[in-house]
Amino acid sequence: MTGLFSEVFLSALLFGAVTAAIPLLLAGLGEQMSEKAGVLNIGIEGMMLAGAYLGFVGAFYSGSLWLGFFAGAAGGVAVALVMALLCVRIGLNQIVIGIALTLGLEGLTALLHHFQFSRSYPRLPAAEVTVIPLLSDIPVIGPALFKQHLIVYLAVALVFGMGYVYRRTQLGLNLQAAGDKPAALDVAGIDVVRTRTVAVLTTGALAGLGGAYLANVGAGLFIPFITNGAGFLGIVLAMLARGRPIWVLFGALLFGVCLSLTTAMQVAGINIPTDIIQMLPFLAVMIMLVLFGRRASLPAALGIPYERGAR
Amino acid sequence: MSGFSSSSASGRDIVALEGVTKRFPGIVANDSIDLAIRPGEVHVLLGENGAGKSTLIGMLSGLQQPDEGRILVDGKPTPITSPRHALALGIGTVFQHMMLVPTLTVAENLLLGGPWWQRPRTEELAARVAEITSTLGITIKLHAKVSELSLGEQQQVEILRAMVRNSRLLILDESTSMLTPKGIDELGALMRRLVEQGLAIVFITHKLKEAAAFGDRISVLKLGRKVGEIPPERFRALGEQEIISEIVELMFGQQKDDPEAVERPVRTVHAEAAPLLRVADLAVAPTDNAPGLSSISFDIRPGEILGIAGIDGNGQKQLAEALAGQRATTSGSVRLDGAAIETLSVGERRQRGLRYLTDDRLGEGTVGTFPVSINFFLKQVGAAPFWSKGVEQRAEIDKRAAQLVREYDVRTPSLKTPVARLSGGNIQKVLLARELAEGAKVVIFNKPTYGLDLANTLASRQRIRDTAARGLAVLLISTDLEELLSMCDRIAVIANGALVGIVDNADDARTKVGRLMIGLAA
Ligand SMILES: Nc1ncnc2c1ncn2[C@@H]1O[C@H](COP(=O)(O)OP(=O)(O)O)[C@@H](O)[C@H]1O
Ligand SMILES: [Mg+2]
Repeated sequence: MTGLFSEVFLSALLFGAVTAAIPLLLAGLGEQMSEKAGVLNIGIEGMMLAGAYLGFVGAFYSGSLWLGFFAGAAGGVAVALVMALLCVRIGLNQIVIGIALTLGLEGLTALLHHFQFSRSYPRLPAAEVTVIPLLSDIPVIGPALFKQHLIVYLAVALVFGMGYVYRRTQLGLNLQAAGDKPAALDVAGIDVVRTRTVAVLTTGALAGLGGAYLANVGAGLFIPFITNGAGFLGIVLAMLARGRPIWVLFGALLFGVCLSLTTAMQVAGINIPTDIIQMLPFLAVMIMLVLFGRRASLPAALGIPYERGAR
Repeated sequence: MSGFSSSSASGRDIVALEGVTKRFPGIVANDSIDLAIRPGEVHVLLGENGAGKSTLIGMLSGLQQPDEGRILVDGKPTPITSPRHALALGIGTVFQHMMLVPTLTVAENLLLGGPWWQRPRTEELAARVAEITSTLGITIKLHAKVSELSLGEQQQVEILRAMVRNSRLLILDESTSMLTPKGIDELGALMRRLVEQGLAIVFITHKLKEAAAFGDRISVLKLGRKVGEIPPERFRALGEQEIISEIVELMFGQQKDDPEAVERPVRTVHAEAAPLLRVADLAVAPTDNAPGLSSISFDIRPGEILGIAGIDGNGQKQLAEALAGQRATTSGSVRLDGAAIETLSVGERRQRGLRYLTDDRLGEGTVGTFPVSINFFLKQVGAAPFWSKGVEQRAEIDKRAAQLVREYDVRTPSLKTPVARLSGGNIQKVLLARELAEGAKVVIFNKPTYGLDLANTLASRQRIRDTAARGLAVLLISTDLEELLSMCDRIAVIANGALVGIVDNADDARTKVGRLMIGLAA
């Protein structure tokens, strides 16, 4: 009990929170992009799983974490390609296809892993961290926030990058129009299907990267169903963030703290049944939804396939 | 009229349509249309709702492709493959339905369509807009969100957008619908200035006055076909009144070899008989999505068919529902066979003999998943002999239903078939059978042949004539003028929720009704 508020404990808690938050952040940012463009991407959990599996396999065989991240992003894009083809181009139901993709990839990645590794779960070497000088010397938050893998800093930078794209570029206008009034975008001379496809593929890349991070850095190994709902949490984050990347970051950190607390409390040996501790993140989802869900504003054409000239 | 249009009307079309046909499931929206669009001309496209005007525009702006025929741009056959292609060809369209993103600002909407990697060129746009608006005499709030603008302002933004893009051909699809009379005049003056600069304009409206005032050339569409054109030479030679009467002739004139044309049998309506239905000063308050009714007065005598003509959406449905008791009235009286019924409920009115055949056959008229047999008696649920102490009397229902199926020639696989599986014509027969059953005195038909094929249309019309011949009073609401002319004794015209005139169905009725429909005195 004494250790609960010690510097070491808090630092470990925060470090764990960041590690847990990054996959959620990447998934949330990706989902936000799809939703902005009018595509409800339920398949994101499947994209993360594909990313986790390929990311792990890539890193495992090449010995390079970066090649692993690349393979993970490519895996996410491959799944997103199927989604874009079926839901954006052909116009099938996004929810049905999304669920099918997620279920399909849960099975597929588990099966492939089983073929390759039988029942063993080989580990990757611990990811090396990039230490930011000076900042990392701050007590408690220094070691937690500024001794992370490079990709963590990149993910945070992405938040601001995407904020810029949404607010300041022509592409941002196109994405928003594709989600709010696709017909207006179409008659302005921009192909709605192409715009939405770009958004969905980007989602795939980000989700795949998030999955690869989860496996390679967060866990250091791949086990079937490793994402454990992270993609769905990303959907919740995107819906609550009202189109603003910075809110995805805050939300992801909040969930990250909850997830990290789960481990930290167990490590600290606090005497609460683990089942209850493990409910914490989902309790947090419920509370967030009750508090902010009403204000979530979704694009008007979200989930509706666009067909030119139809009415 | 400027002298400019004559000099350029020498055959150099910006865009020409040759035999363009467009079909949608079950309908020919455009039927081999030829059209020439020339620089320096305002080409007015006229036609009622559903005539196919917007479909034509959809093909010019790259939203849809013709099934047959071809489009020539600058004399060369050019399939317009996408909206982007249309814009590149210099065709700018203001669509009938708002095409702005409500969550973006006006400036952002105007910038939509630029290369995606660029930053929006806001300063450039502001300068360009200032230049255009100063010559147009309008002000545009560039930084307001579109959702905060009035509909009129939104329409101005859309017109501005077409101009910012340097269109050679500007298409305005019912752009005056949201404008005030002053705004309409300003738009007219603006169009004149633009064609003087050498633009071509296609201007769609269904208001004849606007057509005559702003146009150089007029084409009239009717049920997908082009039924006539007034070229600029004739246009200039005629006065406004002559133009309007020529258009009325084109829009409402009898077509030759029309299979629906029947000689109207002369019925003897006893002028001295007391009216079965007498409506005086009926009024209904407008709602968000429906116009109100005001000062509606008419009588219908036994054996008489009174028609209600008018362009769809002018209060026809409200009138029918107010009479049937489904819509609250604010004032006025309704007398059925001498007794006041305006305070009675729907069921009580039906009980007294007032019957209403809705145009919403599947939504409001029947329960689609219920069998045909039950649908005959929907309005008698719980009543003897079909229900006894709350229990459905299957045998009784089936016996009577079988009788009605025979009598009304309902083509159904069985009595148990869900009514939604039947064709439109057979659903209509079920409704007819139900509403014309025992005790009917006054029957309101709302668009009874809408969407039916020819055979069922003719059958329904005969049914309505028979109803009147039995001595019932019939109110026939229809947007099909031919139908009214072939069936009614008198025709009332509804516009903006008011009856603007009642005409005896004599030889000149067609012209009189047509003039009333477009807001002129009969
Ligand atoms: N995309 C579509 N799908 C099916 N039917 C359509 C479509 N667009 C138009 N129509 C039908 O074509 C006919 C002509 O419609 P439209 O061109 O909108 O007429 P207008 O603009 O003259 O009122 C109508 O009967 C309409 O219901
Ligand atoms: Mg139209």
